[in-house]
Amino acid sequence: MSRESMEYDVVIIGGGPSGLSTAIKLKQIDPNLNVCLLEKGSEIGAHILSGNVFETRALDELLPNWRELNSPIKTKVTKEKFLFLGKTKSLSWPTWLLPAVQQNHKNYIISLANLCRWLAEQAENLGVEIFPGFPASEVLYNEDGSVKGVATQDMGIDKDGNKKDSFEPGIELLGKVTVFAEGCRGHLGKQLIEKFELNKGKDPQQYGIGFKEIWEIEDKNHEEGLVMHTAGWPLDNNTYGGSFMYHAENKQVFLGYVIGLDYKNPHLSPYDEFQRFKTHPTIKKIIEGGKRISYGARALIEGGFQSLPKMFMPGALLVGCDAGTLNMPKIKGSHTAMKSGIIAAETINEHLKENKDLSIYENKFKNSWLYKELYEARNVKPSFSWGLILGIIFTGIDQILFRGKLPFTLKHKHADHETLKPANQMPKIDYPKYDNVITFDKTSSVYLTGTNHADNQPVHLKLKDPDLPINYTLEKFDEPAQRYCPAGVYEVQKENDVNKFVINSQNCIHCKTCDIKEPSQNITWVTPEGSGGPRYGNM
Amino acid sequence: MKILVAVKRVIDYNVQIRVKEDGTGVVTDNVKMSTNPPDDNAIEEAVKIKEAGKATEVVAVTVGEEKAQETVRKALAVGADRGIHVKVDGILEPLAVSKILQKIVDKEKPDLVFMGKQAIDDDCNQTGQMLSALLNWPQATFASKIDVKDNKLEVTREIDEGLETIEINVPAIVTCDLRLNEPRYASLPNIMKAKKKPIEEISASDLGVDVSPRLEQLKVEEPPKRKAGIKVANVAELVQKLKNEAKVI
Repeated sequence: MSRESMEYDVVIIGGGPSGLSTAIKLKQIDPNLNVCLLEKGSEIGAHILSGNVFETRALDELLPNWRELNSPIKTKVTKEKFLFLGKTKSLSWPTWLLPAVQQNHKNYIISLANLCRWLAEQAENLGVEIFPGFPASEVLYNEDGSVKGVATQDMGIDKDGNKKDSFEPGIELLGKVTVFAEGCRGHLGKQLIEKFELNKGKDPQQYGIGFKEIWEIEDKNHEEGLVMHTAGWPLDNNTYGGSFMYHAENKQVFLGYVIGLDYKNPHLSPYDEFQRFKTHPTIKKIIEGGKRISYGARALIEGGFQSLPKMFMPGALLVGCDAGTLNMPKIKGSHTAMKSGIIAAETINEHLKENKDLSIYENKFKNSWLYKELYEARNVKPSFSWGLILGIIFTGIDQILFRGKLPFTLKHKHADHETLKPANQMPKIDYPKYDNVITFDKTSSVYLTGTNHADNQPVHLKLKDPDLPINYTLEKFDEPAQRYCPAGVYEVQKENDVNKFVINSQNCIHCKTCDIKEPSQNITWVTPEGSGGPRYGNM
Repeated sequence: MKILVAVKRVIDYNVQIRVKEDGTGVVTDNVKMSTNPPDDNAIEEAVKIKEAGKATEVVAVTVGEEKAQETVRKALAVGADRGIHVKVDGILEPLAVSKILQKIVDKEKPDLVFMGKQAIDDDCNQTGQMLSALLNWPQATFASKIDVKDNKLEVTREIDEGLETIEINVPAIVTCDLRLNEPRYASLPNIMKAKKKPIEEISASDLGVDVSPRLEQLKVEEPPKRKAGIKVANVAELVQKLKNEAKVI
């Protein structure tokens, strides 16, 4: 069946900070450009999850008058804390001893989802056509191999792949340039990186899984503008991670935990580490008496400079974390994603008007503050492969004494799916029971995400080898999907004494962790029917 | 034949509803909103009737705040011809909505008015019935099948005992059940085309309708939390607990 097609100057995939910034900048440069933006979530912001302490540098460049445009950037950071947690104690690290990149006094505590909704309004006012609920499921190529555009997902296919009465074929969206802004581990970005060998000569990409809960807490415990980070307990010295707690407006705190997906113990459950973290006396006393109102999780990119792929290819660009522009020591990726989008728009304009090759993106990138930021941050994450204590000592030297200018670059040695050790060689972890006050099970957490996928549609988590989970991964790694998935999508069930691997794909919150961490890369995340997935509010 | 379809903007059915701390209502800020699900069935049915050549025009109407227009836009994307948005801010009760719809019916002179059987936010299930009374038109509520026969409608209704089939004269009001049909998806080209279809904006005061609430809302509260269950050792203990603690036997 042939699909309809629509032509644009620029087609943008993904309505996060990078895609929206690209769109806004393009229309600012030339209002006559035809720009469309696809978003797989049911609305802009529905699939966005971030801490978020926001640095306005890129926004100041993009919309210098943002303060007059009723933006949702309101809560200034007023106070900062950094704590090392022991099992029951905590040790406060003086903020003046924090590297400059970790100081936040000029920044704001925001909801990135709300920022994106607001950016989308600005984009629409400039004439960008935004289509939420339409995932791009396929890259289209010209005969010369260059990217021609994307096709949206067919709607109305049943679980066996047959067309339902409501079947609606996908549409081909063709762009002179296509911009991929899908965020961390975009499923089309992943295909492009492989096809065009964009990561050739780069270190393997590094990822983390980030959890976030929003709590409404008691007045007496709330300190609007307070930003707090912790390292240490409950993670051991060899596992990379830490927490954030941001006191936002309306008595809300944004509470979260990030764990590097290079962890080695297959028995580790990132979700349960986060739940356990909340029981630490220092944390518990802040949220006790409050109410958890939101939950979510999303993979994030931590590889930085060494792992950043080439961001241009014939007919297309990668922006934001579809490439991996997050600044890990700064714990921020929004301003860098936005900047990469701004540079992409400038590149596209020169490409369309002056026929310059898209490869000028690289030079523009190298001459920007974004490059400088990522370059100076490059050695922090790899140093933590030596453990938390050595990592901190090295980071102090690298960031405080040398400000990122040490004359060498540490390497990321392994991809995250290679790091698990066999289950029988690693200690089991005994996680405490959920108390339904401070800690909760996955089911009630997923319930808060508003996640839904239309039933009777194909499973969007594809197994390359359907027998591998039971025949190999269960035996060797105790099937870690049961634990690394933050939404309880994967289960091993026993039926008549036979183990069965179950995929509850309707629970999927689109975090992409399985696609990253599965030790044999056996799981591929593809787009489900449009509008499926979480419906995050102010995440 | 002309069909008027009323659509309402409500909190999306997947969103977990949260009660405001001050008890004045539920949280709607930054919450995903959608068209009331049975209203989607109402639009779908009207468009199907038009596609079968039995209607000439489908007009979608909504009553509500600025953003309620999104639901009309969605109706236009799945096949409605044009839209009407009656702008009202604040609380709207079914009586006010039916009075507004009455005025729209006077103006548009449709042969049929379709809407969802009830809205999933207040669950009132009143607007269709009230409109029927105000217009003195026949009504068919909870429709799961509609056959258009010249100047009559044969409607199958979902009732407690099963299905009831009735025949009513046109003009008529029909409120639609979720079993009526499977609403189609709005395709991307149709969403584009819908942006160009006309939506007439009217304010409630221009229609001369008093929309002030007739009900006083005292408090909105969450339902009490269910207590965890317990296991009993034997039947005797169960009977004893049902008798003395639950006091149900």
